Amino acid sequence: MGSYIPNSKAEQQKMLDFLGLASLDDLYNEIPDKVKLKGGLNIPAGKSELEVRRQMEALAGKNKVFRTIFRGAGAYRHYIPAIVKAVASKERFVTAYTPYQPEISQGVLQSIFEFQTMICELTGMDTANASVYDGATACAEAITMCVDRKRDEVFVSATLHPDYLRTVKTYCYAAGRKLVVVPEKDGVTDLAFLKENLNEKSAVFLMQQPNFYGIIEDAEACFKVAREAGAKSVMCINPIFAAIGKTPRECGADIAVGEGQPLGISLSFGGPYLGFMACVQELTRRLPGRIVGQTKDIEGKRAFVLTLQAREQHIRREKASSNICSNQALCALTAACYMSTMGPTGLKEVANQCLAKAHYAAKHISSLPGYELVFDAEFFHEFVTRCPVDVNKLMAKLEEEGILGGYPLEGPYEGCILWCFTEMNTKEEIDRLVAILKEGIQE
Amino acid sequence: MKLIFERSTPGLSCEILPPCDVEAYELKAEQQRGQELRLPEVTEGEISRHYTELESQTFGVNSGYYPLGSCTMKYNPKINEEIAGLPGFADIHPLQPAHTVQGCLEALRLAEKLLCEITGMDYMTFQPAAGAHGEFTGLVLIKKYHESRGDKKRTKIIVPDTAHGTNPASATMAGFTTVSISSGQDGLVDLEALKAAVGEDTAGLMLTNPNTLGLFEKNIVEIAEIVHQAGGLLYYDGANLNPVMGIVRPGDTGFDIVHLNLHKTFSTPHGGGGPGSGPVGCKAFLAKFLPVPRVEEKDGEFYFSGDYENTIGSMKAFYGNFLVVLKALAYILTLGREGIPEAAKSAVLNANYMMKKLEDLYQVAYPGRCMHEFVLTAEPLKKKTGVSALDIAKGLLDNGMHPPTVYFPLIVHEALMVEPTDTESKQSIDEAVKVYRELYEKACTDPEALHQAPVKTAVRRLDEVTAARNPILRYNFD
Repeated sequence: MGSYIPNSKAEQQKMLDFLGLASLDDLYNEIPDKVKLKGGLNIPAGKSELEVRRQMEALAGKNKVFRTIFRGAGAYRHYIPAIVKAVASKERFVTAYTPYQPEISQGVLQSIFEFQTMICELTGMDTANASVYDGATACAEAITMCVDRKRDEVFVSATLHPDYLRTVKTYCYAAGRKLVVVPEKDGVTDLAFLKENLNEKSAVFLMQQPNFYGIIEDAEACFKVAREAGAKSVMCINPIFAAIGKTPRECGADIAVGEGQPLGISLSFGGPYLGFMACVQELTRRLPGRIVGQTKDIEGKRAFVLTLQAREQHIRREKASSNICSNQALCALTAACYMSTMGPTGLKEVANQCLAKAHYAAKHISSLPGYELVFDAEFFHEFVTRCPVDVNKLMAKLEEEGILGGYPLEGPYEGCILWCFTEMNTKEEIDRLVAILKEGIQE
Repeated sequence: MKLIFERSTPGLSCEILPPCDVEAYELKAEQQRGQELRLPEVTEGEISRHYTELESQTFGVNSGYYPLGSCTMKYNPKINEEIAGLPGFADIHPLQPAHTVQGCLEALRLAEKLLCEITGMDYMTFQPAAGAHGEFTGLVLIKKYHESRGDKKRTKIIVPDTAHGTNPASATMAGFTTVSISSGQDGLVDLEALKAAVGEDTAGLMLTNPNTLGLFEKNIVEIAEIVHQAGGLLYYDGANLNPVMGIVRPGDTGFDIVHLNLHKTFSTPHGGGGPGSGPVGCKAFLAKFLPVPRVEEKDGEFYFSGDYENTIGSMKAFYGNFLVVLKALAYILTLGREGIPEAAKSAVLNANYMMKKLEDLYQVAYPGRCMHEFVLTAEPLKKKTGVSALDIAKGLLDNGMHPPTVYFPLIVHEALMVEPTDTESKQSIDEAVKVYRELYEKACTDPEALHQAPVKTAVRRLDEVTAARNPILRYNFD
């Protein structure tokens, strides 16, 4: 059995003697017997480190690690530089608590301040918070920021990632808010519907850029309509795309949110990831979660501290802007280290390679009979094609070659495939994919 | 310390990617970013040095005694980190076909089985990413449950005045009104106050047991009866499960829903604020409302299912902080049947030992047997010397120790909430006791020295008022 208790039985007995107790069980003698567990836990006996490692490695061995991945749909495989992994595994960063004591936590605090700055740079916004759980909850929290007594209706585009949409629905249900899903038309938000349905009760319109289908939407037009109706605008943006694409600020958004996983965080079967949130100055005090600010110590030395805490649950309790306490700080530090490592040129290069490879792939895949592009719209690193053969059979064939194919869509585009290409995919890999698809048609 | 932006030199970079091997593509001008992207331009060596410096000014679990009450800062075993980093977990796409992720699904099922046994629950979801997220999830379950029975008048959630701030904040997010009830003289839920508070509008009670004073709510069976008879549900805030795991199961004491903080009780690291993991367990009658997707098993094959008509939906994308769940799973497998209650007992022993070593000097807010933590009040000390709980906390910093949680719970004035945890040795507690006692002496002889503390840290006390009044929340490049 493994144990991390640093006291011997003899030492524990000394402590019990000091307390005037005979045994460890006496520590619980004020708890009524009727609520105590009888007969102990029905779980396996403890194991040594080597046994646990073997058991967990056996589980890991039951998963397939794909050599080549052409699937995104909310989780993206990018290259993670060695320095990023090394920094993110530094023991103190990994094990510290929330930096409540700033005098001994300047390292964590400064890392968050740097992260906030980079997210502001990426999105064009004035203020960012220290992170929330993921892209989906960032969307939900952004909506809460925009709702007030007069305006409490929420508009969200159907082209948002389905998991995000489901999360937003749950949050709206919980708070008793009306949610209107703006329909998708030809792969993009139905602007006419938005225009017709926004009203004096509308609080916010939220859309994703590029959207779930990979398409770069005309966000400016959508946000203009929202602004004219008096509603706030939220853009959920892919942070890699933000390096080259028009920023949420430039598109007229009030709030930018997104999933930070592409910024140096591994696929991890879906988590932990990183929700980022940034906004225009006027909304700063409505941001949820931790925010780090710069100040001075009593000797005038620059220092950083958790600030604007009057928004938060531990001060405001039921009147807080959100219940968030734990966030994803270590993931935020990872993302900041990734952005520093790539730098402005490197991050743009990642984005441009994604863009170039996806367009190269799209050109060649869509030239195969039956694999036409479903939408005639500009895209970033994901696009949707039809599929002339049984999708499951195609995926199985690709799997044999160590390839995770594109994501088979459900719902209105069932039978179609959402492909994703990043800097990780070589020309050779893409050519091989196209060759396999071609063989599949001929069979 | 320099900011990473202040280490930046135009033109420098790390060479990470090869040149692009396909023809370039350009977006239309109106789709392109116009604004300059001001990220640091630094070499790898500079980045490495930067973060080494930042790390040196960060206090980790192994930097020293870390008895931060309510946070359970126990040792974070290294094997768990290695397991979470295995490519067979870390490099798995969340949308891979089920037959290629059988190991992930089996791990989730196993974690569910073990944690259900530990909590006395029937089902568990790992989607919530943190304790507060779990609370919110549990409250939405409560909401859905009442609605499903056509009972729409249940709009109130009762919380004791000792509750974590997240409890009422979560209740608000779930559309409930919070009713706070005062604790009794003994620091426990006042049964009469509870009886007076419950009614036809009661949706549920959120309770932390042991509570935030470190006291076990010994009337829990009666509490459960009162709430259930009124038609409400009982929610267990698992922040303080550590001292009773393997000893008392929330499910056996009447709780319908629990959330756990895997980053507290089950040893996963806190990451400077996160990621944590806040799985929610429930009794069978609530299972149909759990978030989707859920892991199911048929003929030895695991798969995800979203096919539940009454589900509350999703709490986040995908399945939760999966790698954190793995770390907790490895911890439970390591400790096992005997190790889990032994860790609990060690936590309780350590807390009681330290409390008794201090109680002649510092006033214990609610004397008696404590569980994982105890709460001192520095109020008498402050009256006598002017030295506050905050001053004591800052004095501890000069002694290389992380202070306890201060000014919480709110019902204790000048509170110092001390949670030594199960992984602290008698030796380190004895050393801490010595320092706590010296600081008391110091408060009596030289209070000014403590008002000035800390003096040995990288920075001294901060001007938090200006930070909030004139916020500087990002680096100014100009």
